[in-house]
Amino acid sequence: MLAGEHGRAVEYAMRIQAGVGRVFGAKRMVPITRAHVALSAQDADLWFVEKLVGLGGKCKIPPTVNPSINLAYLNKHLVEIPKTGMDIVSATNAAYRKIGAVLSFSCTPYLQQNVPSFGEVIAFSESSATPYVNSVFGARSNRESSQSALCAAITGLVPEYGLLLDENRLAEVLVDVKADIRTDFDYQLLGWCYPLKHPGPEVPAFVGIEERPTPEGFMNFGAELNTSGSVAMYHFVGITPEAPDLAAAFGGKAPRHRVTITKDDIEDVRRRICGAPGKIDFAMFGCPHLTIRQVGDIARIAEGKRFAVDVWILTSSLTRELADRMGYLDTITRAGGHIITDTCIDVPPCWYPYYGKSAVTDSPKCAYYNEIRKIAFKVRPLEKAIEAALVGEVRE
Amino acid sequence: MSGSCSFACSPISGGRCSGPALVSDEAVCFYLVEPETGVVVEKGHALEGRSMEGTILVAHAGKGSSVVQMDGLFKITKHGKGPVGVVLRNPDPVFVSALLIMEIPSVYAVEESFFETLKDGQTIELDADAGVLRLLSR
Repeated sequence: MLAGEHGRAVEYAMRIQAGVGRVFGAKRMVPITRAHVALSAQDADLWFVEKLVGLGGKCKIPPTVNPSINLAYLNKHLVEIPKTGMDIVSATNAAYRKIGAVLSFSCTPYLQQNVPSFGEVIAFSESSATPYVNSVFGARSNRESSQSALCAAITGLVPEYGLLLDENRLAEVLVDVKADIRTDFDYQLLGWCYPLKHPGPEVPAFVGIEERPTPEGFMNFGAELNTSGSVAMYHFVGITPEAPDLAAAFGGKAPRHRVTITKDDIEDVRRRICGAPGKIDFAMFGCPHLTIRQVGDIARIAEGKRFAVDVWILTSSLTRELADRMGYLDTITRAGGHIITDTCIDVPPCWYPYYGKSAVTDSPKCAYYNEIRKIAFKVRPLEKAIEAALVGEVRE
Repeated sequence: MSGSCSFACSPISGGRCSGPALVSDEAVCFYLVEPETGVVVEKGHALEGRSMEGTILVAHAGKGSSVVQMDGLFKITKHGKGPVGVVLRNPDPVFVSALLIMEIPSVYAVEESFFETLKDGQTIELDADAGVLRLLSR
């Protein structure tokens, strides 16, 4: 492939992958069966995908892609998107279509559209996706960059190193959870907490989790682990597939590090990131994109009521379609809320009418990435945040 | 040049360059560098207020999501305000693929004595093709 017999795009992509493989000691390239690219519609993203298109690139493994901006919906319901923003989003979408990506525009491909099996070798970028596929499914992906994942989609191969190898999937950190972790929101706090207690790159194994988390709990956990830190894989002993017991999680070896997470640690995180009660100007949910169960929870609370502030629910086009069929869309629209597809909380410049305002969300990640836009998010469990949106105020 | 001032290393992206060392003992995120000036704007960072332009960046590690790291390096490079070369002490896939894509001469797996000898601002000759770093006396 490096010799160019498969075309210039494959040659170029393979050159980058071979370079990465050399640095990380890969001995060979191995085939993948899935890929997910963290499309971002930012300058480098557009430049790189257009470069590959210009070289005649076509994805051998069609990757799903991250959300960008739903221009039509925002133009109609929020604000006119500036021309520079319109242009870069349109050009990015066109280039990804041309290269053969699946235009799923969702950051939770692992819950719908691109769901890997145990042991499957894949190339997933996106910070909440990589830990989910490795930890919850036992599929095998390194922490790909959006560009290296696109290269993998072009060549259909990845260099074999890191989490593709058995020995690197074993835990080295034993994390004893002494706090009561049950709800989906508890996993936001636990995910944020762990990297503060142990910032190292080793795979952690958690004990003391009594109930299996919901898919949303796992989703929240991975997203926050990779906002306050960088964790591509973890185990929940007795719950996740590569850790039926401690011996399996650690490969029969003793843990190299031990960490305890107490109730006080969790409360400390809550105090630091959740913000004080007070008035809000809007509410935003869907970082990562909400599932149909979460949209249903919102609809049940909002049934027959009216939101006091703008409410934005970000999700995939499939989930919005389901919400429509199930009546949730109607309920939420009548309450004055929006269910918007294909859009990210972190893609400038679509949310600029809200810069400098205060808001509520259920996602610490959403709050963190909007600090640079001077949006002050209060973070509360989803039900509490919806109740706050109904009265225009976070009361506790 | 005395032999003691040459250090073995391995290439990330090939090429040769020279420039003053810009040493960061902290992880570097290119998103928090102003694209038009190459100046690090990250609050409280060891390099805050210093420009990367024309330097050989000696970075302890990289940080930041795949999207922001690549986008930041792309923007400063396109403005001609980025480092001419990079010495990366702890490589991660995101930083490494960004260096390969931007074709910035860069190395890793450097002899440990290099970091003990190196002074901030000292001129470095980086030859990624030959796998050699040279420190020039000031």
